[in-house]
Amino acid sequence: MMLTQDVWEVIWLSLQVTTSSVLIGMVIGIPLGACLGLYTFPGKRLIVALIYTCMGLPPVLVGVVVYLLLSRYGPLGSLDLLFSAEAMIIAQVALVTPILAGLTMSAVHGKERTYWETAKSLGASPYQLMITIVKEARGGIWSGVAAAFGRAISEVGAVMLVGGNIEHHTRVMTTAIILETRTGNFTAGLQLGLILLAISFLFNSFLIAGVLNQMKTGRR
Amino acid sequence: MMKQLRFFTAFLLLSLLLLISACSSQAPQSSTSSAPAASSSAAPAPAPAPGPATKEAKEIVLATTTSTQDSGLLDYLLPIFEKESGIKVKVVAVGTGQAIKLGEDGNADVLLVHARKSEDEFVAKGFGINAYDVMYNQFYIVGPSDDPAGVKQAKTAKEAFERIAGKKAVFISRGDDSGTDKKEKGIWKEAGITPDKSWYLSSGQGMGETLQMTDEKGAYTLTDEATFLSRKLHLDIVMQGDKSLLNPYGIIQVKSSTKQEEGMKLIEFFTGAEGQKLIGQFGEKEYGKGLFVPDAKKR
Repeated sequence: MMLTQDVWEVIWLSLQVTTSSVLIGMVIGIPLGACLGLYTFPGKRLIVALIYTCMGLPPVLVGVVVYLLLSRYGPLGSLDLLFSAEAMIIAQVALVTPILAGLTMSAVHGKERTYWETAKSLGASPYQLMITIVKEARGGIWSGVAAAFGRAISEVGAVMLVGGNIEHHTRVMTTAIILETRTGNFTAGLQLGLILLAISFLFNSFLIAGVLNQMKTGRR
Repeated sequence: MMKQLRFFTAFLLLSLLLLISACSSQAPQSSTSSAPAASSSAAPAPAPAPGPATKEAKEIVLATTTSTQDSGLLDYLLPIFEKESGIKVKVVAVGTGQAIKLGEDGNADVLLVHARKSEDEFVAKGFGINAYDVMYNQFYIVGPSDDPAGVKQAKTAKEAFERIAGKKAVFISRGDDSGTDKKEKGIWKEAGITPDKSWYLSSGQGMGETLQMTDEKGAYTLTDEATFLSRKLHLDIVMQGDKSLLNPYGIIQVKSSTKQEEGMKLIEFFTGAEGQKLIGQFGEKEYGKGLFVPDAKKR
């Protein structure tokens, strides 16, 4: 397989969908996780249990639910979103948000005691308090982002169901691999798989560099 | 800092090396592994056969297309065969493209597929023996019931496709190199039309998923009869009965298979009187007519 225009298109769409869903997931998941890590309120245990459960949501289940919601005969059918990149992003946000929320929560919870009193005694507002602690817990949050990215880019069940693997429209790397395999084109499938792995490796290298740096400063 | 950096680059290099080695070792590995597999099964197979064959051969692999499984034909036929012969049939239902590849690599014992040209090539290249016609059914062109492209007025499949292209109505192709996909591509070629990607969507999935997508998008597609009838969707048949829409299935034995005798038994069952009668009856109750028409003969 050569890196033809079609292949670039598939890689580019994969990156677009994954990055969008991780970014949206971060916007929802990190504040949610931070709040859960910092504050206690009635019903928190249930929410925490739910988030941990959702961290292991089966992608195909998410796929079916999003499919039914967006189907022409479903409640959101009028939006005409099924078999589009947007539909894939919706499904992936549902998959990565609990991961981001859950890992942020444990990271923040770990840092909470050390910094809470200090920040409060310095007169920080609740908002500033949250920002400070999220900053201090960024190592853990970054690993959450890495986990979310890994989950999103390698995900196949949900994007196949709601995206449909349409050439030039919703074909991403994982669904392209499935297609290549199904047509007996194992070499092309394997090569695409290696590209996928290389992208994950690059992304995680950046994150690990960041986390290592922080660990070093933390050790001092 | 330096130490860390060095460690990091070392890790990076190591991983890259691993990647490269995984990449390059793949090709020779597969060729060496497939070569002895093919030769060992061809040449010395008869010698050790009596020992392990009698034990293991109670199981054969049938590589087939999704339509025979999705329509329920195999669930209906194979238990009867297994009971009579005592041979267990493991079904791998994939697109015809992959089914044939499975046969070439010796990963299947018998093929039941529907792409005559590829089948003939498979036999001509020496991968397959004992090819039989088994049955046929029809392809339909299906679309939304209001038929915006006016396909219902078309007389032939070619004309139907011309109308769809003329109206730029959305057409969904399986695009998975399956028998149905090859048939569809053939009709476009015959009509001399190169579909434009603005209205021609390639789903890269099986017939069931593609029909689902066609229904959701209010589009047209080419489908095999069995899969279409076994799914209740909001789609109408807009074209049927044209000679170019016939869909013949063939059954072929894989030459490198170590289970010749068992494979042959399966072929005899499918092409024999009992199997043919069962195939003809299949689906009569649910759909009012059989999903497949039996027409067994040796090629």
